[in-house]
Amino acid sequence: MAARVLVGVKRVIDYAVKIRVKPDNTGVVTDGVKHSMNPFCEIAVEEAVRLKEKKLVKEVVAVSCGPQQVQETIRTALAMGADRGIHVEVSGKDYDSLGPLQVSKILAALAKKEEASLIILGKQAIDDDCNQTGQMTAALLDWPQGTFASEVAVEGDKLKVIREVDGGLETIKINLPAVVTADLRLNTPRYATLPNIMKAKKKKITNVKPGDLGVDLTSRLEVLRVDEPPQRQAGVKVETVEDLVGKLKEAGRI
Amino acid sequence: LPLTCSKQWSVNTVRRGPSTGLTDEQKEFQKVAFDFAANEMAPHMAEWDQNEIFPVETMRKAAQLGFGGIYVRPEVGGSGLSRLDTSIIFEALSTGCTSTTAYISIHNMCAWMIDTFGSNELREKFCPDLCSMEKFASYCLTEPGSGSDAASLLTSAKLQGDHYVLNGSKAFISGGGDTDVYVVMCRTGGKGPKGISCVVVEKGTPGLSFGKKEKKVGWNSQPTRAVIFEDCAVPVTNRLGSEGQGFNIAMKGLNGGRINIASCSLGAAHASVLLARDHISVRKQFGETLSNSQFLQFKLAEMATRLVASRLLVRQAALALQEDRPDAVSLCSMAKLFATDECFSICNQALQMHGGYGYLKDYAVQQFVRDIRVHQILEGTNEVMRMIIARDLLTES
Repeated sequence: MAARVLVGVKRVIDYAVKIRVKPDNTGVVTDGVKHSMNPFCEIAVEEAVRLKEKKLVKEVVAVSCGPQQVQETIRTALAMGADRGIHVEVSGKDYDSLGPLQVSKILAALAKKEEASLIILGKQAIDDDCNQTGQMTAALLDWPQGTFASEVAVEGDKLKVIREVDGGLETIKINLPAVVTADLRLNTPRYATLPNIMKAKKKKITNVKPGDLGVDLTSRLEVLRVDEPPQRQAGVKVETVEDLVGKLKEAGRI
Repeated sequence: LPLTCSKQWSVNTVRRGPSTGLTDEQKEFQKVAFDFAANEMAPHMAEWDQNEIFPVETMRKAAQLGFGGIYVRPEVGGSGLSRLDTSIIFEALSTGCTSTTAYISIHNMCAWMIDTFGSNELREKFCPDLCSMEKFASYCLTEPGSGSDAASLLTSAKLQGDHYVLNGSKAFISGGGDTDVYVVMCRTGGKGPKGISCVVVEKGTPGLSFGKKEKKVGWNSQPTRAVIFEDCAVPVTNRLGSEGQGFNIAMKGLNGGRINIASCSLGAAHASVLLARDHISVRKQFGETLSNSQFLQFKLAEMATRLVASRLLVRQAALALQEDRPDAVSLCSMAKLFATDECFSICNQALQMHGGYGYLKDYAVQQFVRDIRVHQILEGTNEVMRMIIARDLLTES
């Protein structure tokens, strides 16, 4: 079965934080704000560690792209059971404009370098909600993809993936090597235990530069402006169903 | 749903207090503890209090993460962490349920005593089960006739062959009746502290029985009972340390216990400050939110300041204890005295800021107030803390 699994983990603003837009509307406030591992990435790590515990996988490698602080996120993955980490150093303006296209190029290059045969990612990050990195990575590698996975099972040298789609659940079988993206119900991530947090200190994190992987970080996107969502307007009470239909027609909704 | 802490609490750790100055590893410990508190404890703290439930399954889940023997040595199943790590963990867990965390800290203290002063046989027999919380422990020092004057305890332990036969009773024992392992201070020798030894008594031993479950103002997620010994025979090999060392062992246990209890107070106060802040940010009177009132702003500022001061003292005491510094005992007493007093006042003021709502059991703040009130009394009253500090000041070195 797959010898090595790459798991991408992204450091994002904690889901419980009240997001505030910067006064210059160029982005959201991140300084001094609590960050943690993207919840879907936690689910991805948990799945990879479970595969290793079932002895279906030999090594779990956690990867994160960003400045020094992302090492905290990698350490969390190590505390959950990943064997080692790779920190791809990206900072400053490059980090501000880092998106799925650049990350998928990095992951594809790392997958080749590390001879990984399975990549597990979260289905999307809760900051940009892109839901693109897994798909792009698979395309760059010309690997099959099992996205929005709510169940993953190994069947010989293939993966059976049950996907959550709008119409319900779709079951597919894909060859390895492959990319899988984790959806909410794939598993419930474990708490790191105190002994595992301490063991994580001894696990290795190697530093890599995007240039060493031959990846060009130039963004094809330019963020023009970031605004808060419009304030919720007051509603209108209507007396009858006819009134309701009339109002909806007026507003061009039906 | 009761307005208990949510995951929101850990969000504020970056800017304020609890996580500043910690190592990356300590921040990880703290994160696990905060997450566990928010997910596994906070949703149940009201129910545990109102129905007097001893949450065995939840505590065992905590033990699986390593919280059963935090400063017990790893070779017998402990996590081998420092006193400062322990303080950070209990402070965070306490935001989920102070009463349950306080019991977990007592359990930890007992496990440490056996690990530190027990023979290898005793350590191997009891510590793994205590660290996994397969078995639970109780600390038995206080008696109906000896609280602050602990060294005057009367429970006797007469040597008969290879057993001690215990007679007497202990009062106010946390976990008593529901726990499996009792660490008992008893008199094997003459009067005073030097006549006291420490033995481990297992539930089910003939002659061991329990009083009625006490009805308490708080700490309702842990049962409290008298523990009664009537010709209760305990193997001599169950003794911790040597004869006459028991009082010393008991006090060494309490040094750490005092930091732990103070840490539980910190957590309750932290949660209460955030609850109060959130309430006054929403509640409107006289046309504006209460948070616009300078009086309340100043009160909140004072509460936060005293909380940070308490936390710094507790953490310093933890450091002194783990480094075995000469001022450790005094600092532990100071930390317990200061933090439990200040944090009770903070929780009480937080309740006041809730107005009438603060008095309703639908709101968590009253439970924090009730739960930490006893921290000023047990593990050595705050009056006894003053005795220890004064003695240290007045003794010529």
